[in-house]
Amino acid sequence: MNAEQSVRVEDKLYYNRYLVDVGRPHVKVRRHTTPSLQLLALLKACPARCYELNDKGQVEVAVDGCIECGTCRVIAEPTGDIEWNYPRGGYGVLFKFG
Amino acid sequence: MIQEKFDAIVVGAGMAGNAAALTMAERGMKVLQLERGEYAGSKNVQGAILYADMMEKLIPDFREDAPLERHLVEQRFWMMDDRSHVGMHYRSEDFNEERPNRYTIIRAQFDKWFSSKVREAGATVLYETTATELVRDNYGKVRGVRTDRRDGEIQADVVVLAEGVNGLLGTRAGLRARPTPDKVALAVKEMHFLPRETIEARFNLKDDEGVVIEAAGTISRGMTGMGFIYANKESISLGIGCLVADFQRTGETPYGLLDHFKKHPSVASLIAGSEVKEYSAHLIPEGGYRAIPQLYGEGWVVVGDAAQFNNAVHREGSNLAMTSGRIAAEAISQVKSRRDGMTAKNLSLYKKMLDESFVIKDLKKYKDLPRLMHTNSQSFFLTYPQLVSRAMQNFVRVDGTPKVDKEKVTIKSFVRARSWTGLFGDAVRFARAWR
Repeated sequence: MNAEQSVRVEDKLYYNRYLVDVGRPHVKVRRHTTPSLQLLALLKACPARCYELNDKGQVEVAVDGCIECGTCRVIAEPTGDIEWNYPRGGYGVLFKFG
Repeated sequence: MIQEKFDAIVVGAGMAGNAAALTMAERGMKVLQLERGEYAGSKNVQGAILYADMMEKLIPDFREDAPLERHLVEQRFWMMDDRSHVGMHYRSEDFNEERPNRYTIIRAQFDKWFSSKVREAGATVLYETTATELVRDNYGKVRGVRTDRRDGEIQADVVVLAEGVNGLLGTRAGLRARPTPDKVALAVKEMHFLPRETIEARFNLKDDEGVVIEAAGTISRGMTGMGFIYANKESISLGIGCLVADFQRTGETPYGLLDHFKKHPSVASLIAGSEVKEYSAHLIPEGGYRAIPQLYGEGWVVVGDAAQFNNAVHREGSNLAMTSGRIAAEAISQVKSRRDGMTAKNLSLYKKMLDESFVIKDLKKYKDLPRLMHTNSQSFFLTYPQLVSRAMQNFVRVDGTPKVDKEKVTIKSFVRARSWTGLFGDAVRFARAWR
């Protein structure tokens, strides 16, 4: 395992405060059988590693740890691969320092 | 629908939105400001440096009660390769002045304070409210916004879009394009806590003195990017950012770069033993002058990051945000005081006033630099830092080699890496883009 893979993003996200809007994810991945290059790029580019491959080789998103930067929107919204919104008011990440 | 009609709705409570809301409220306008966070600042991420001059224009005595961290007395630029850095440091006692010029701040705390001033000035601020859509009449004129609250439509004569770099409302309404991966950088940041005395000893500071380190080089692995280290009172803000297009192209991970930066020998000793309390990320507009969109229209203006105002060379964004917010508000209140409509024609006053300000003049000065840096990132962020590091080591290491031979080695290494035409071309292109 190289140094990159050993960075545990989950541990980093653990420092943060969130108010999760259960059952109402603010980012959704369009159904697909084979992921596009844009979707695959999100596996690496998302700073909170919200995007993972499932066992069928499809890209899935789990928004609980999202830090709302918009990187995935810039990469994968133009192709329609994802639908991107802000969380409802008050929900999502709550920065103490920012 | 909320029946009350406002003179202006400001979307967002960052630097630009707060500047606009404050300025309009102080001029007696009926202002509603919408912020999706629990409080102003809870969604805002920045390094962060506050520029006093632009803040004074909004709140002249802000130093009395604003949550400031340290005033900057020293600026360090580091050109890094994997094991070294070549630095330029500027430190001056002149910066220990009665009204210091720059401060480190913590945005969540600062923005909360700023927002309290906006409320004191008379604006109504609705927190925990996400604006979802612009409301337009049959002629296309913006006449309000829709929010995620029940009966969430609110009307106003003009909407100030201070919605940040992602700017959903404006892009969805087709007022401007969504930022493209080559026009925005993704920066990730951590807050490292250490006792005050430790920070002061490590950075050679006394009292509330502060220091900024901006770093470039192999830390970005040939991508267009920069690292930063800011000393706060009891914490260090540390981060790194690169163009989104570069992340996409290379498959590098932002947290991988951050981790690598933290482990660099020049950095590791500064943060040793710290407690990390937050991990954040944010997009930064990097397109410069050429990326500025349409700034006004029928019933709307756009300010701050949403308008892509950021000076990538001087690392200035928040001052452009607060200045554009203030100027937009001044223009709007002039239109209102003449009892004119908030039409595109009348709101063009904002653009006219902004063109006269440092905001547009500075961005214009560097209009070609983003393109140069983005297309030559391998040279500027990988090759040159390595060459300069080797040249410095060759210069300072005493090993019995005659100095004439040492110089020859250095020159040869530059020519081998970039060729004479390459070196000359880089110098000319850089000088042209800078002037």
